[in-house]
Amino acid sequence: MTEVFGKIVLYWQYPFVRYALIVGVLIALCSSLLGVTLVLKRFSFIGDGLSHVAFGAIAIATVLDLTNKMPLVMVITILCAVLLLRMGQNTKVKGDAAIAMVSVGALGIGYLIMNIYSTSSNLSGDVCSTLFGSTSILTLTQTEVWICVVLSVVVVAVFILFYHKIFSVTFDENFAKATGTNADAYNLLIAVVIAVIIVLAMNLVGSLLISALVIFPALSAMRVFKNFKSVTYCSAILSVSCALLGILISIVGETPVGSTIVAVDIAVFALFCLIGMFRGGVKA
Amino acid sequence: MALLTCQDLSLGYEGHEILSHLSFEVNKKDYLCIVGENGSGKTTLMKTILGLQSPMGGSITMGDGLKQTEIGYLPQQTVVQRDFPASVREIVLSGCQNRCGLRPFYNKEEKQLAEENMERLGLTSLKKRCYRELSGGQQQRVLLARALCATQKILLLDEPVSGLDPKVTQEMYHLIEELNKKDGITIIMISHDIEAAVRYADHILHIGKTVFFGKTEGYLKSEAAYGFMRGDGIA
Ligand SMILES: Nc1ncnc2c1ncn2[C@@H]1O[C@H](COP(=O)(O)OP(=O)(O)OP(=O)(O)O)[C@@H](O)[C@H]1O
Ligand SMILES: [Mg+2]
Repeated sequence: MTEVFGKIVLYWQYPFVRYALIVGVLIALCSSLLGVTLVLKRFSFIGDGLSHVAFGAIAIATVLDLTNKMPLVMVITILCAVLLLRMGQNTKVKGDAAIAMVSVGALGIGYLIMNIYSTSSNLSGDVCSTLFGSTSILTLTQTEVWICVVLSVVVVAVFILFYHKIFSVTFDENFAKATGTNADAYNLLIAVVIAVIIVLAMNLVGSLLISALVIFPALSAMRVFKNFKSVTYCSAILSVSCALLGILISIVGETPVGSTIVAVDIAVFALFCLIGMFRGGVKA
Repeated sequence: MALLTCQDLSLGYEGHEILSHLSFEVNKKDYLCIVGENGSGKTTLMKTILGLQSPMGGSITMGDGLKQTEIGYLPQQTVVQRDFPASVREIVLSGCQNRCGLRPFYNKEEKQLAEENMERLGLTSLKKRCYRELSGGQQQRVLLARALCATQKILLLDEPVSGLDPKVTQEMYHLIEELNKKDGITIIMISHDIEAAVRYADHILHIGKTVFFGKTEGYLKSEAAYGFMRGDGIA
């Protein structure tokens, strides 16, 4: 035990480990906030689709050899979020199919672009780290850390300020609309925030595992708590603790950061399912 | 000017017309009941009035300075996803949303209003419970409490008493009457309870094969009522 502790203390002296922890905690916090909305609205598809779009965007940014990829990726992902939302609202084109098209398309094109243009000698390593985020959290530059911090603060602030409106729109969009709440504007806001969260979360867990980071804490919290506020608090706390634990385990055990965090999330989900069962009797 | 004027209104879904050339108006403090057979388009009409779908023809005008944010609405069915974690209090309070505008949090009066409306509908003991775990009638009451929080001028109710027990049904009718008479809130209600409709409402809109709009006394003498109330109007 002391050995493990010693290792952590040792690593703590490296700035990149400290960055990783700070950024990890902030990203985990952000990604948990909209989890409930994402799970309950069709937006979960959008979230999944967007993570693939973000992968495509990274591919483009890599090929362009940008030193700071995040702004470009962010712009592309936000645009796609708006586009997907529009498509989802259009009753003629089936929303889900459109999203599947965009997401798989982005994934395919992204890989193709990387393959054709990349000058890197370790192509599959690049692709793998973009998909699973194996090292990106540990290689963040100081600028990227600052961008992450600022964006996280913005996301949390937006969520707090619009908390009640997000609740109304998520719970009953028709009622919100009928009584004069501009539901479309809030849907747009939610989509943009989701896009921001996804780009942030790519740094932590890579594009394939984002949905897990976003959805598992909310699902766990929903097993045990029955009101929106408690679920929100609980999933925020769970997400942050799982991320911390996951990062520490991955440092000590030298496992990939993203998948370790997701594994911890899954373990917690299983635990909360059990708690939920004991609390509410056996339910389907 | 009337609070709400519908002129030569046509409604339907995706090019398929359900109702056409419907004209009526609702004035301040009116109590209008919309009656008609299943599938005649009552819910569709209400959704069109609320702006949830656009009319296929004609116009709907809101007068008397009525704003969208002063409307209360009780939907016929609310499709709430399984597992939605929301307590009764959170839902009722969300009815105050339209009073907030851009203000992010509810103020004291709004919270007070939510409490009062929960009290009114006998929900105080349930306020911490999860909405999904309530019975159908209890859920209906929660949504009505939410609608009451939302309204300041006009309340649109789509079958408010369906699924309520006789006692609560009576209380509901009294409550709606009180809102109308005492608080001066305009009521537009869809109902299959034709007896209560003619007892409480001062105007009736009957839609279906025959269309009637006018005062309740006139309706009782009309052809539309004759077939409908006897029951042979139901095809
Ligand atoms: N989303 C929809 N898309 C297409 N057609 C619809 C849709 N909703 C309802 N309809 C059709 O429109 C017609 C009117 O439906 P509506 O729900 O307005 O009836 P209603 O008068 O409210 O009936 P009820 O008394 O059963 O509530 C019905 O024939 C129905 O099949
Ligand atoms: Mg109906």
